[in-house]
Amino acid sequence: MIRITLRGLLTRKLRSFLTAIAIVLGVCMISGTYVLTDTINHSFDSLYQQIYKGTDANITGRSVVSNDYSGTGITPSFSESVLAKVRAVKDVKAASGGVGSASCSIVGKNGKVVSTGGAPNLGYSIDPSIPELNTVTLVSGSWPKKNEVVIDQGAANKTGYMAGDMIGILVNGPVRKMRLSGIIKFGESNSILGATLAGFDLATAQQLFDRQGKLDAIQAVAKPGVSPEKLVQELRHALPKDLTVRTGQQEASKASSDTSKQISAFQYFLLAFAGIALFVGSFVIINTLSITVAQRTREFATLRTLGGSRLQILGSVMVEAIVIGIAASICGLVLGFGLAIGLMRLFEKLGLELPKNAMVIEPRTVIVSLVVGVVVTLIASIWPALRAVRVPPIAAVREGAVLPPSFFHAYRTPGSLALVAMGFGALLSGLFVHGLGTGLTLVLLGAGALLIFIGVAIVAARVVKPIARAVSPIGTFAVILLSTLIWPFSFLLWLFSLAIGRRKEFPDFWPFVLLLWLIRSARGKKPRLSSLIPDRAMNRLALANSGRSPERTASSAAALMIGCALVTLVAVLSASLIGSFKGAVDSIFTGNYALTPVNSSSTTGIPIASSKAVAKVPGVEAISSVRTGFARVFGKNSMVTAVDGQPSKVFRLKWKTGSESTLDSLGATGAVVSDAFAKSHHLNLQSPLKVVTPAGKSLNLKVAGIFKPPTGGSAFADVTFSAKTFDANFQDPANMYTLLNMRGGTSEANSRALDKALKGFPNAQAQTRKEFADAQIASLNPILMVLYVLLAFSVLISFVGIVVMLVLTVYERTRELGMLRAIGITQRQTRRMIRHESVITALIGGAMGIALGIVFGALLVSRIPFVSFTLPVGELFLFAILAVIIGIAAAVLPARRAARLNVLEALQYE
Amino acid sequence: MSTDFSKQPGSATASSNGVAVHAVDLYRCYGEGDTAVNALRGVSLDVLTGHLTAVMGPSGSGKSTLMHILAGLDKPTSGSVEIDGTEITTLDDTALTRLRRKHVGFIFQFFNLLPMLTARENIVLPLEIAGEKVDPDWFNEVVTKVRLSKRLTHRPAELSGGQQQRVAIARALITRPTVLFADEPTGNLDSRTGGEILDLLHDSVETLGQTIVMVTHDARVATIADRVLFLGDGEIVKELPETTPEEIQKAIQEIGRK
Repeated sequence: MIRITLRGLLTRKLRSFLTAIAIVLGVCMISGTYVLTDTINHSFDSLYQQIYKGTDANITGRSVVSNDYSGTGITPSFSESVLAKVRAVKDVKAASGGVGSASCSIVGKNGKVVSTGGAPNLGYSIDPSIPELNTVTLVSGSWPKKNEVVIDQGAANKTGYMAGDMIGILVNGPVRKMRLSGIIKFGESNSILGATLAGFDLATAQQLFDRQGKLDAIQAVAKPGVSPEKLVQELRHALPKDLTVRTGQQEASKASSDTSKQISAFQYFLLAFAGIALFVGSFVIINTLSITVAQRTREFATLRTLGGSRLQILGSVMVEAIVIGIAASICGLVLGFGLAIGLMRLFEKLGLELPKNAMVIEPRTVIVSLVVGVVVTLIASIWPALRAVRVPPIAAVREGAVLPPSFFHAYRTPGSLALVAMGFGALLSGLFVHGLGTGLTLVLLGAGALLIFIGVAIVAARVVKPIARAVSPIGTFAVILLSTLIWPFSFLLWLFSLAIGRRKEFPDFWPFVLLLWLIRSARGKKPRLSSLIPDRAMNRLALANSGRSPERTASSAAALMIGCALVTLVAVLSASLIGSFKGAVDSIFTGNYALTPVNSSSTTGIPIASSKAVAKVPGVEAISSVRTGFARVFGKNSMVTAVDGQPSKVFRLKWKTGSESTLDSLGATGAVVSDAFAKSHHLNLQSPLKVVTPAGKSLNLKVAGIFKPPTGGSAFADVTFSAKTFDANFQDPANMYTLLNMRGGTSEANSRALDKALKGFPNAQAQTRKEFADAQIASLNPILMVLYVLLAFSVLISFVGIVVMLVLTVYERTRELGMLRAIGITQRQTRRMIRHESVITALIGGAMGIALGIVFGALLVSRIPFVSFTLPVGELFLFAILAVIIGIAAAVLPARRAARLNVLEALQYE
Repeated sequence: MSTDFSKQPGSATASSNGVAVHAVDLYRCYGEGDTAVNALRGVSLDVLTGHLTAVMGPSGSGKSTLMHILAGLDKPTSGSVEIDGTEITTLDDTALTRLRRKHVGFIFQFFNLLPMLTARENIVLPLEIAGEKVDPDWFNEVVTKVRLSKRLTHRPAELSGGQQQRVAIARALITRPTVLFADEPTGNLDSRTGGEILDLLHDSVETLGQTIVMVTHDARVATIADRVLFLGDGEIVKELPETTPEEIQKAIQEIGRK
């Protein structure tokens, strides 16, 4: 039996291959994700291992705000005097104290800050006197002395700087010119994962980073024979309680686990998309195997008459699936390695150099990829296999035997509707039931969407015909439109085919048809465009064909529907976010200029000095900057904001109590809070409010005003107080942005004046109000692109699904195609017929997907505060056109096969 | 057999008829070298307008090959075929398809109707394909002739075998083709229904003047054919004008004995 199955697989090479693709892509995403994230994780691990290699004990300040966001400046610095205490401890052989900053940029020869993606610009003090603690090596030049700097080889390569040059360093103030004393390397790497490094001697660093008399960390080396643990014990006894002492190992693994938390979030995110791809792939498998089983009805019946048992029939279908599953999973696994390598190369091109480690392939990667691939294929094959089992032996002798209706046939519609209802139930409870926790919410949302997709896919078979009728003319006109658009290209292709002596058919006459129609309508004759379309017969045949096995069409369309729904969901969400955000910018900001970081992904902001410099520009009437930081409020880590200058002149908010001028006069203890925050903590005017800084200092504030954040997000966090209070209590204060009003509004002259004032701050830029709004929106674009690319995998799989369906359909209708060719349809007409069926299928999927996507989007948007629903009409139109293009492209191969059928052989085909 | 019938095609029949299909010296060879099989070895014939020409012969005699070549579905290794005065062996696929559309009708053993179309839609399909309008008078005449007026909205699955074949005949007649090729039209039907189909074809020749070429095993064709050609080993070995089933049986036995 197995031999028969395997031989069958080989004879059905093309379809086995196409079926396998559906699984290959999904598995490829799984294995690629694991390899990529494992490799990145490993890179960070070894990086931290290297950093703390010689360190036996590491001493830092203790933050009361836990490091959720891994922001900088959260771990407070401490007095320099601690270093002497450390050195005084008995078992300490040597100790070195240092300071660092994650916003210390190197300014290139072009006056711009060197940066790559979101990688930080690190600056720190270097102490070459204790070799155990020094992680960098000199490539050229010498170690930095006072007012000198060393930079990493990567940054040197980018800027072209050489030891001895005077280079610009930017921390909190204007650019400082310093002598480049040398170039360093980090271990074997030119740089650390894309970050730039600038090293100074301690005094210079302390002065640069505003840490006079302070240290951020101390590293100590134990005397020979003393274990790091013992050293840490001793240090803990000797040092004040507000310092954290860990072994180098502990410090390294803590740093590792902090990053691996973020990486594993990224991993789940990617795996979710792999899951979607496999889900779509399982639709393709079910459909392909179902069609194959239907076509092999005779074969199964014959096997039954020859004494094959039901179990053997079941086995034969399942074994076919297993073989495809295994082969596809192995291919996917290996392709995934390639995908990971490709992505790492891409990262390298983008400047995010990973340490030169080999690709990490965990056994888990291999096991999960193979198991998931095979199991998904197997599950998908159960349904078709059960149908094959129901073939009675008598079908062997019947002409045109068809599969008996499945056992569940009668319950199909109510059952699938129940699935949809359950799906929406799960979705709605996931969205609107409070206090479920992130995990459960995500599971409910995912399961809900899954049930809805399955239910809709099953019930779709019932509505395929009317939907097909509705979308068929849309498909016709879309194809006319597209072929008119590419007509000049087709014409050139035709000329080319003549030139190389392989005569192609002359491209369709659509442009002329349209022209004719335009001329006639211009003359007031109002002809119906449809009357000019030749070959409506082929379209009608295609429409009729699409309704022949509604399950098949529905299933192929459903696969595309899933991708389309998710793409639409993303489009709806982003349109709603952007629409609401634009509204918010319009309603909140009344200034006409803004100062923002050049690197929009920067988390460290721009120097406060930049706004001070700009304030001096003649014509600036009002200016206000916003700083952000993390603090503990009511026992929770929260973001807080602070404002300076004259906020009332550049911000406008809706107030419950207070007004814009409240912001101007917050004083040392005044705070404004958001409406929702006030409600949940029962705050009123003058209510006391305690904000605890990362260093552990309590700020006793009083509520001075309560504002209502507009739709689209607020400019302020829940708690906002004066910048004066902020700067006095938070480490490394920096502006997130600055808003200002200039006399004469936005103008060339004003922009120039601002640019001139910002000359010393290469990481800050002046934007007009409109540029500011657009830039905020533009920061969404990379995320959108990533989502679309990930969903493209699913769409690609559903594309393959349509191709397989058409190939199998053409195969099944061979004799019929022979007849049609005999009674006079040309090869071109054959292709048109197949193409139109494909376009109809794709449009059904597109229409259902877009509709579902809008519903999902509306539900999700209604759940997100501050965002109102916006329909992205343009994008949705584009998606519909894309569906048509997918349909056209999917038909290319099957249509060619159909057109090239030998008429005689086709007629005699059984 | 000393008489070479292929040299004097149809000369004995009414000379008022024109020639619908003119074939000269057709050879058809499958395969190459030692395994080459000559399906046709120099067949020449004229199919006369308004005649029902039957082609008979044992399996492997080349009768199907001959019909496929005459209908423009297959190309001869050498020789020429003219339909309505057009040489078809040199046409490219598209031109040949268009010629079939206009001049050739088909009836198949397995009916080959499109299952998703109604009887009416199946019948007018060739006109639709060609983008031509349906002449309602002609449509009614054809439908009445094949006795399907009351079945036009039915799909093939709802029709009996005989009814399906009548739909196929109407589909072939609707374009008023120069010549209609029927490939074992009764081969998949019971004897009584088969007889009805033969009567219907005969009627189309008599009342509509339709030219028909029919490949068949059915000896009853003798009663309706204007001429019966017998093929053996790729050659025309015998020709009988207006004959009887008994004569046909005899002829077949003769060829079989050879």
